[in-house]
Amino acid sequence: MSNIKNILEKYSDKSRMMDIFHDIQKAVGHIDDEAINQIANFFKISSVDIVQTLSFYHFFKRNQSAKYNIYLNNGIVAKMFGRDKIAMTFENATKTKFNSISKDGLFGLYSTSDIGMGDQEPAAIINGVIFPKITTYRVREIVKEFRKGKNPTDLINSFGDGHNQESLINSMVTNNLNRRGRVIFSGFSWEDTVEKLFTYTPDEVIELVKDSNIRGRGGAGFPVGLKWQYCKQSKGSPKHILCNADEGEPGTFKDRVILTEEPLKVIVGMLIAAYAIGASNGIIYLRYEYEYLLPYLKNIIKEAEELGILGKNIKGKQGFDFNIRIQLGAGAYVCGEESALLESCEGKRGEPRNRPPFPVEKGYLQNPSSINNVESLCAIPKIIDKGAEWYRAMGTKQSSGTKLLSISGDVLYPGVFEVEWGITIREILEMAGAHDVKAVQVGGPSGKLIGKNEFHRKIAYEDLSTGGAIIVFNHSRNIIEITKEFTDFFIDESCGSCGPCRNLTVILSKKLQKIIDGRGVENDLIDLKQWGLQMRKVNRCGLGQSAANPILSGLENFRDEYEALIQKGKEYDTTFDLDKAIISGAKAVSRYPAV
Amino acid sequence: MKKSIKKVSFTIDGKKCTAEEGMNLVEAAEQNGVFIPTLCHLKSVIPSGSCRLCTIKSNGRFMTACTSKVQEGIAVENDTDEISDFRKLILESLFVTGNHYCPSCEKSGKCTLQALSYSYRIMAPRFPFIFEEKEVDASSPKIYLERNRCVLCKRCVRTIKNKDGKNYFAIEGRGYKAKIILDPVLAMQMTDEEALTAMNNCPVGCILKKEIGFEEPIGNRKYDTAEIGSELTIVKD
Repeated sequence: MSNIKNILEKYSDKSRMMDIFHDIQKAVGHIDDEAINQIANFFKISSVDIVQTLSFYHFFKRNQSAKYNIYLNNGIVAKMFGRDKIAMTFENATKTKFNSISKDGLFGLYSTSDIGMGDQEPAAIINGVIFPKITTYRVREIVKEFRKGKNPTDLINSFGDGHNQESLINSMVTNNLNRRGRVIFSGFSWEDTVEKLFTYTPDEVIELVKDSNIRGRGGAGFPVGLKWQYCKQSKGSPKHILCNADEGEPGTFKDRVILTEEPLKVIVGMLIAAYAIGASNGIIYLRYEYEYLLPYLKNIIKEAEELGILGKNIKGKQGFDFNIRIQLGAGAYVCGEESALLESCEGKRGEPRNRPPFPVEKGYLQNPSSINNVESLCAIPKIIDKGAEWYRAMGTKQSSGTKLLSISGDVLYPGVFEVEWGITIREILEMAGAHDVKAVQVGGPSGKLIGKNEFHRKIAYEDLSTGGAIIVFNHSRNIIEITKEFTDFFIDESCGSCGPCRNLTVILSKKLQKIIDGRGVENDLIDLKQWGLQMRKVNRCGLGQSAANPILSGLENFRDEYEALIQKGKEYDTTFDLDKAIISGAKAVSRYPAV
Repeated sequence: MKKSIKKVSFTIDGKKCTAEEGMNLVEAAEQNGVFIPTLCHLKSVIPSGSCRLCTIKSNGRFMTACTSKVQEGIAVENDTDEISDFRKLILESLFVTGNHYCPSCEKSGKCTLQALSYSYRIMAPRFPFIFEEKEVDASSPKIYLERNRCVLCKRCVRTIKNKDGKNYFAIEGRGYKAKIILDPVLAMQMTDEEALTAMNNCPVGCILKKEIGFEEPIGNRKYDTAEIGSELTIVKD
């Protein structure tokens, strides 16, 4: 166990617990009780403190792990494209059930929430390697090759486009960058941008960003310039810039493409933020699902250091120091919530914090921190370069600039589209080649499910505000089953801190199942609505507050589908059949009810 | 140096209140004779804001009172139909997701969950019971962890530490599967005093001290004789 000792000594800081877990898991395959005790002893804390962080994250293993850990996405888009059949094929080929390890210790099969591959589903992560567009044929091939002892990397049979082909990525993932715009996916010179940056004072940069009217691209839409200003004004040092690369909203995958194609732009965006705020430390919180990008991103950071845009006295600016490290997540959707992200960066359970204080006052390690979305940061260099007016000329009055949309589901061309704010849903559907559309999920499960009568609405903060996930459903899809999937997603991803989020998600899901099973009545629809509305009032964070959104918007826009399933004019479920109910019990004691 | 203490005025359901600026709202309300129900809050312990029962409306916005500080002029809504309804909903959801059988529970009469449910006149929960299977942990020589009754308030996690400041309790897992756990090594060294504090800090009957339990007989306990919070409202109103 000297391995573990070395790892512990390397970090010697319990706020780096996530890295310690990752390193141990990498070295010995899992983090067992012995390792837990070793960590606890090293930091002189109790072992349950270690367990509490470790058990929060989906991808950490406490038990002996298999040689091949297969994590198959169970998101809605994966299911639309045959995920269940793939899962069955995996089970048959590996002779293993999900959530278990095969007897020979070769295969571990697991389900996992959306992995950010909505444009190439069904997809799986096997020992960190992404296998997109899996078919049953491919499953049998993969398993056969694994039995021969091949590594997952040996089975890469095609490379994606763009930088996915770089030796440091070497991935089968494709960008599906279907539309480049003028801000995110457009030419950029870091030299010019940095030179321009230093012609402004930090306060002028904040004014410029405020003037551009850019708002947070993660979905909440808080003005970026204002966040920076608050962070700058807060007392405490060092200050921190955190790049939120934990996009976990089912249906979103735009940051994957930004990080693949424009990582330097994001780093320069962070540099600009650091200059404006007076921050000296940067962290990119990368979701575990994108671990395949880690060597590539680390190398970009190294290159940036060599270019002199990271490190000490940046570009000769005395006293302007800025460094960036990457914090790898471990599978928790809620860590995309900014205060949960901070907790995770500090090596704790990713539970959202109580606010106030806000992260701009007391953030990472209790110092002022600005947490910005990958896309927000990536847009900043162009704003510095071309000016606020240029930026504001795009989009609508209240929503300036461009927005990346992650479009998936029943469309001909799933992928990432950079559009100007103000585009209507109808235009989006036309752009991505969608036909026979019944419903569109705007903003993922925490957003809104809309029908035809709202296709005229605009993507804009003043109308349909969104982080950009667009999932399209055609008429063959079942709205209530989709809603149930989304609700179950929130059950899996709730941190469990707030009672109502922890418990009501389960209660709501059971109610939906009752309706799907044909046991629902009119009152159940009333209950769903009332209970769903309460979720918005009583939960602490966005996850809990929006966990009932699929139900609420489904009831509003697709009520007829619910009504078609319930027993009309009945006050309670009248389908109960005593004879049927006791049949299995009666059979067990060799008695047959007289029917 | 001690800062000079500033008094501020605010209202709860229209009632004029005063308190030190920045004081915890649950405690400030109590000082003014107003009861705000909580399960997870404990005086002078860093609030967790997790049970959500103390959710109030302050200047029109929902927030938990235990994590809010008193400020000059805030208008707090506490005892309204809207708020009572979701407080009931939260209590009921705890009843159906746990397994709470008050008549056979050792904590009956001293249980905050039970007392609040009487106070909010819960006859039967609006939700169907789930009858979730929960594991009881009796491995410690000093206490039982009766997880059927746990409401994950984290009071034990936040308050019960050994002489070296190490935590006895923690949460394992997340979401609906989250459960309270006890450090197996430390549990062997737990003192009677610590076990007693753990039992008394638990708002429900989840943490029980082995062998002795509660001295007072059921029927004579705090909430057997008076409604929770009534000492506040009766004295001051």
